[in-house]
Amino acid sequence: MQRCGRSMSGLLAALVTTVLLAGCDDRSPSTLAPSGPKSDFTTMAWWILFSVAAFVCILIISATVLAAVVRRRTTRIKTGEGRRFVLVLGVILPSLVFAGTFALGIFGLASDAEPPHRPAMTIDVVGHQWWWEVHYQGTDAVTANEVHVPVGTPIELRLVTDDVIHSFWVPQVMPKMDLLPRRVNKTWVTVDHAGSYRGECAEYCGVQHAHMDFRLVAQPRSQFESWLQQEEQTAATPTTAAERRGEQFFTAASCATCHTIRGTSAHGDVGPDLTHVGSRKMLAAGTIPNDTGHMSGWIANSQAVKPGNEMPPQPISPSDLHDVVAYLQSLK
Amino acid sequence: MTTTSPSRPGTETLSTVADDLDATTRYDVLPERGAAEATVGAALDEEWAEEPGLKGFITTVNHKRIGRRYLVTAGIFFMFAGINALIMRTQLAHPNQSLISPEEYDQLFTLHGTVMIFFFATPMNSGFGNFFLPLMIGTRDMAYPRLNALSYWIFLFAGIFMLSSEALQWAPDAGWFAYVPLSNEYSPALNLDFYALGLLFLAVSSTIGAMNLVVTALKMRAPGMSLNRVPLFVWGIVTQSLMLVFALPPLDLANLMLFLDRRLHMRFFDTAKGGDAVLWQHLFWLFGHPDVYIIVLPAMGIISTIIPTFSRRSIIGYPYVVLATVATGIISFGVWVHHMFAVGLSNVSLTFFSAATLTISVPAGIQMLAWIGTMWRGRVVLNPAMLYAMSFIITFVVGGVTGVMFAVVPFDQQVTDSYFVVAHFHYVLFGGAVLPMLGGLFYWWPKMTGRMTSHAGGVISCVLIFIGMNLTFFPMHIQGLLGMPRRIYTYPSGYGWGTYNLIETIGAYLLALGFLWTLFVFVQSLLSGPPAPDDPWGANTLEWATGSPPKPYNFPVIPTVHSLNPLWDGKTLQSMVDHRHDPQRTMTEHHQALRTSELDGRIERVMSMPGETSQPLLVAAFLTMTVCFLLAGIPIAAAVAFGIMGLVIGWWMWNRPEIDEPAP
Repeated sequence: MQRCGRSMSGLLAALVTTVLLAGCDDRSPSTLAPSGPKSDFTTMAWWILFSVAAFVCILIISATVLAAVVRRRTTRIKTGEGRRFVLVLGVILPSLVFAGTFALGIFGLASDAEPPHRPAMTIDVVGHQWWWEVHYQGTDAVTANEVHVPVGTPIELRLVTDDVIHSFWVPQVMPKMDLLPRRVNKTWVTVDHAGSYRGECAEYCGVQHAHMDFRLVAQPRSQFESWLQQEEQTAATPTTAAERRGEQFFTAASCATCHTIRGTSAHGDVGPDLTHVGSRKMLAAGTIPNDTGHMSGWIANSQAVKPGNEMPPQPISPSDLHDVVAYLQSLK
Repeated sequence: MTTTSPSRPGTETLSTVADDLDATTRYDVLPERGAAEATVGAALDEEWAEEPGLKGFITTVNHKRIGRRYLVTAGIFFMFAGINALIMRTQLAHPNQSLISPEEYDQLFTLHGTVMIFFFATPMNSGFGNFFLPLMIGTRDMAYPRLNALSYWIFLFAGIFMLSSEALQWAPDAGWFAYVPLSNEYSPALNLDFYALGLLFLAVSSTIGAMNLVVTALKMRAPGMSLNRVPLFVWGIVTQSLMLVFALPPLDLANLMLFLDRRLHMRFFDTAKGGDAVLWQHLFWLFGHPDVYIIVLPAMGIISTIIPTFSRRSIIGYPYVVLATVATGIISFGVWVHHMFAVGLSNVSLTFFSAATLTISVPAGIQMLAWIGTMWRGRVVLNPAMLYAMSFIITFVVGGVTGVMFAVVPFDQQVTDSYFVVAHFHYVLFGGAVLPMLGGLFYWWPKMTGRMTSHAGGVISCVLIFIGMNLTFFPMHIQGLLGMPRRIYTYPSGYGWGTYNLIETIGAYLLALGFLWTLFVFVQSLLSGPPAPDDPWGANTLEWATGSPPKPYNFPVIPTVHSLNPLWDGKTLQSMVDHRHDPQRTMTEHHQALRTSELDGRIERVMSMPGETSQPLLVAAFLTMTVCFLLAGIPIAAAVAFGIMGLVIGWWMWNRPEIDEPAP
């Protein structure tokens, strides 16, 4: 990835670039490939901090190694000497460096504190073990594990958890913010370039902490508006016979006790809202791709896919499974 | 080895310090100690003789035996937690592996952290402190020998208690930091009860052990050892111990509240019922951050001991190093919120703790410069212990500079809870504590065991562990920057994380090989190492004026300390000869030690010391029963066991069989 290597100089930096490039991938959620003002700052901060740190390390390490190589023949015991050496190099110089570091941090804090202008909209994110519930304020739209935003404009995020503590992290776009019980954390995010960014839960939250990802999808304004309109709609009416049977099964069977499909009698509030589940790219918080095969496997026995998740294995006949999956996949 | 020509530094000419350290001729027995032993050794041998066999094993209160036990027990716990890490690294070698279940992985990383921090690093320091602090300050035992035995037994039983949870498949699984509410109502099984009770149990040991070390260092120093002549290792241990005394209460309180929440359904941490989930984090890190320095300061003290010896000169800037040590201890109580920068606290609070985090880096820099300056102004002699000390400097500076980065709040929020943090604190804790401890083992091994280790074996050990350590932990920096979060039992392919994970796993196995090799070197030394002389390195501190290994009474004659480098000043050793007929210094009549003043080390009186007793073991046993009954949920049985423990303590207080009245 080209962006990985920018704004560096010097032999050591080049070396590090090689190492970093080896690990870079187009899909890599690298903090060094930022796409928003917040991550722009942390990337810049990293290269400044890294340069100073590398300089200090080289200095200290070579002084240590050289001291062993350049050996004096004799020496004298005097307890008093060398204090000025310690005072200048150990106190005064580091203090200057630390003052600069502090200033950098304050600058970052100040620029992260408020968005450059009033946020275009507010999105509520509720953390669950182990998925994300997303509400778009002022609309009926509810999604899971996908946060869509218009590109290039600040969006307010209100984060809270329904169970244990989670942390909302999109490495390329914004640093972490925790989701606490009954305490709403407000923050904001701007995405500079359209695209889909990997988001992760960064606070250990139990057995499936490893499978609590989401996608932050940044779209041009018009695309976002039409997406949001679509999401606000109630569920599509089934068209084929299989889909109709699937809908009936869904609302009559245990599915509806946990899941909501707006426009039907399914009003459960334990698992994700499935009104437009067919339009999502991934299932189970980034665990598997959303296609017929994976979805069937998930419904039949999600415990084999993501052990410990809240959804119990479903005793369901192959034909019912086929119908339900056909119905859910039709919910675009 | 023969005692032909004196090669010990500084007896005659203060100017040339042991340029002939590498010379093969060295005293088997220092002449001054020899003279002192000849006068009073026989009487002291009789007075300080210990019960042989099993009875002696159970009833001993000898600080050296207890110190060795601490080291061995903590070493075994280290192996246990290390094997846990090796299993995790195997699971993470490739993407999407399922060698172990997510539940098992969670238990492994929780126990790895908990055992390494609480049952290895801190007790390992206690082991060094127990063995060497009394020797370095020139006394005969700890201030409270029976409490010392008690703190060891409790540590041992608490460790067994915690480790048994893994065998029972109830190991704690909410991370070593055990954040509520995950560790509370979302973990209904016994796993987190093991955690809360185990840490409360261990804290009893850590607290009394710490108080014992502080009192010993303040009240039992040899005459003349004023505060400005106290060895830096002792400063490290004293600062650490005082920190433990103040840092443990918040942790104990948090664990007590957690246990009450879990068992009696109190609501300390339940936000819905008016409690506060973030309160746990504050209490935990108010302990947790000082704990980093609780682990690192004594280890730095070991470095400050090794470097002057093998630089053949006194440490430069001694007062600054002491001030830096104490300042670190104090400031460390004001930085805990930097573990919570992503929690959503106010910017004022973040700014304050950002500044505090930078401030605490200054004292670390001072010590770093003092070590390097000492090496430059001295003549470095390479030796496994010194190689470990240099490896420490190299890795600790890497951990230090990344630590400074966390003071930049937005950058911290970006990399916290990613592998970048894992890399950082392994450089600090492995580089800053394990490497110095290994250096300390190679340095003090001859004193502890009376055997020399193989020079080549030690060098290979250091090289293997240094390479293994860097291979394991360095790539984690990059992996974290590439967005890989911590504490995930598996990860998808295609994000560029796989290569680094594989390198780290290879590094971890190399590290394991390094430790196996090190163990082999030590075992080989025990079996067939050449006998160690009193002072094989030509060192400067008092422990080298005792036998290798030291006699039960350590010093036949308590010396008068004349300088910071008593073995190099030419007077301190001589004082052992001069005072060998002084009953106040020899104390041959009874089981006694010398009490001196806190600041100047002036003689106050001769104190009687308790002898062997089985009471500490009994107290620890009944405390263990109390804890087990609490775990099992049988409060009446727990109360009975606790009551019996109280009775034993009463017996201990009431009946002091081995104590004689002090000599008038």
